[in-house]
Amino acid sequence: MNNILVTKEVTKQFGDYKALNKVSLEIPKNSIYGLLGPNGAGKTTLIRIINQITFPDSGTVFFDGAPLEPKHISMIGYLPEERGLYKSMKVGEQALYLAQLKGLSKSEAKDRLKYWFDRLEIGDWWNKKVQELSKGMAQKIQFIVTVLHRPKLLIFDEPFSGFDPINANIIKDEILELKNEGTSIIFSTHRMESVEELCDHIALIHQSEKILDGKLSDIKKAYKNNIYDVGVQVANADALLNPMKEKFQISHSTYHKDEELLNFKIQLPSNDTSDFLTYLSDKTIVNQFVEQVPSANEIFIRTVQDKDAHE
Amino acid sequence: MNKLGLIIRREYLAKVRNKSFVVMTFLSPILMVGMVVLIAYLTKLNDSEKHVISVLNNSDYFSEDFISTESVGYIHFTNLDLETAKDSAANLGFYGLLYIPDEENLETVAEKAYFYSKEAASTQLLSRIENSFQERLRQRKLEKLGVSSEEFAQIGDTFEIQTSTFDGEQNLKGVNELKVAIGGAFGYLIMMFIIIYGGFVMRSVIEEKTSRIIEVIVSSVKPFQLMLGKIIGTSLAGITQFAIWIISASLLLFVAFAVFKIDPATMNSTADLTANMGVNVDSPIPSNSQLIQYAKEIYKVPWGMLIFFFFIYFILGYLIYSSIYAAIGAAVDNETDTQQFIFPVILPLMLAIYVGFFSVFSNPHGPIAVGFSLFPLTSPIVMLMRLPNGLGEGGVPIWQVVTSIFLLILTFIGIVWMAAKIYRVGILMYGKKPSYKEIFKWLKY
Repeated sequence: MNNILVTKEVTKQFGDYKALNKVSLEIPKNSIYGLLGPNGAGKTTLIRIINQITFPDSGTVFFDGAPLEPKHISMIGYLPEERGLYKSMKVGEQALYLAQLKGLSKSEAKDRLKYWFDRLEIGDWWNKKVQELSKGMAQKIQFIVTVLHRPKLLIFDEPFSGFDPINANIIKDEILELKNEGTSIIFSTHRMESVEELCDHIALIHQSEKILDGKLSDIKKAYKNNIYDVGVQVANADALLNPMKEKFQISHSTYHKDEELLNFKIQLPSNDTSDFLTYLSDKTIVNQFVEQVPSANEIFIRTVQDKDAHE
Repeated sequence: MNKLGLIIRREYLAKVRNKSFVVMTFLSPILMVGMVVLIAYLTKLNDSEKHVISVLNNSDYFSEDFISTESVGYIHFTNLDLETAKDSAANLGFYGLLYIPDEENLETVAEKAYFYSKEAASTQLLSRIENSFQERLRQRKLEKLGVSSEEFAQIGDTFEIQTSTFDGEQNLKGVNELKVAIGGAFGYLIMMFIIIYGGFVMRSVIEEKTSRIIEVIVSSVKPFQLMLGKIIGTSLAGITQFAIWIISASLLLFVAFAVFKIDPATMNSTADLTANMGVNVDSPIPSNSQLIQYAKEIYKVPWGMLIFFFFIYFILGYLIYSSIYAAIGAAVDNETDTQQFIFPVILPLMLAIYVGFFSVFSNPHGPIAVGFSLFPLTSPIVMLMRLPNGLGEGGVPIWQVVTSIFLLILTFIGIVWMAAKIYRVGILMYGKKPSYKEIFKWLKY
């Protein structure tokens, strides 16, 4: 069994509003799975179903091969987007309470908390009240509490919100470290650059339906349209470009006269570039020839817009 | 420790450690006792203020009427004209001057009598004087009709009817009221507890919503567990507070009375006020033997049964109401939005107390009393008012108690089920001000 979590045709309705429509996902073990989608797409509902906070109207969820059960709660760690702490409770006491609710014994929770507090260099916060902490400080505590019981599956909903860039980096490294230790991670965010950095797989949910999923690298491959960034050294730019313009689509061409440098983008009919490269190198010196890979951001926007256009 | 235990523990500690809770716990008994002592002290002070009044009596009447007593002193002027008498009364610092002119008959004397004082005279004092006049006037009228003063003295007897039960037991007037008051005290306790600690439950739910910790918690425990833990934890804190209040208030009262030398027996009205929570049993001051009989009656109240049923009605009633409070807390985003929902909750409680007192006082087994003691939202309070009369023969029929508890349990299951649903949906709804219609929809999610 290679998937930590599988959802099969999960549907959830709130009154007249369908929040999820037959969403099927396969979340592989030991990877970071990006759950993407515009606001109100149904991501949070899906995450709440995985956490057994709400229950699907139809469809099944399998955790590690078995249908999802209350006992699985202790194997999942969830950092919700809407998160907070009891304001008047002390940090240590509160962390202990939340850890115990996840099924850790008091002494075990204490040991692990001590480890994490030292690791994130917040050991002296133990007796502080939460209301004395800044937002970023509170987020650190929440992160620790989420991962403390060493869950098999971690769900982060916008984990970096509220962090300054330095601390966001620390948390990002911790997430990668957890993945290396074998944890599977579901990562929901709107920040596409962190999807790019972290995710191995993604799923895109839009208007309550899954419209795209798979390995990020595969999706990128599928979304490539054989556009290449080309940089050449040539004395007469027009003489080179004009014959090509008749056969291919060329855009963004710029020419630096002094250095005789020409840059342009070209869309080729297939990903077989050898003929074109031979043709080009006969006439000029090729400085740069890079395939343009679509960013997650582009894929996101294109898929959502395509979907909307079809309706 | 299981999760419910953990939640109860946290809720209890969070409540008990709360500063305002601690302050309230220890300040309230002091305030309460302070109030009682102050009232008692003021009453005593008021009673001990002695008015001294000068009397200028030029008539032949009232020679025996205005004689100094403990509370009013009379100084009789003789051979003075009115103006001099007024001046001397004012100069000597007397409270006032009662002027009784010399006229041919009592009626005219009474008509022309005057009371002068520096400031508006106290009603208490005036009515005392008026009484003296009235008495004399009545006596004179009766004399005219041929009734002698001896005969007149005999007329003054008041009358009270003796009552007894059919099996010959001596009955005391006001015992029924006393019993209702005892039950009412229990009922009142339930109402206060529900309103105070139900509100705590509600605020604690709102706090979890506004601090956004709720989703973190419900990813570890079931919302129902959290709701139940919250209700139990808060009520344990409440019971702790009540216990501290009762113990420290009785200790303080004891100490205060000893220090201020106030004899609790002489201040029946204030003592009753606290004991019966505002119920004034309108009874004449009983004699010693009657007091013993009252004590016997109170002793005869089936305390064991009463306390047993108090716990049943208390637990069921509190659970019903506090889960409604929890649902309200879950439905709203902040406390100001709660008003529209709270009023319909408090209404049956108020109704129970007031209707209960009026109907059960007049007839503990009348149709209104029976109806309200069966209706689940009012039964915890009204049934407890009826129960001191006993269970079974002569008291509350057993079928009524069974029915009311049965209905209460049914309601309890229904309400908790509904409240849990509203709670489950509501805690994850942010930024909406829900209507009744919307909340009703949540039941179907």
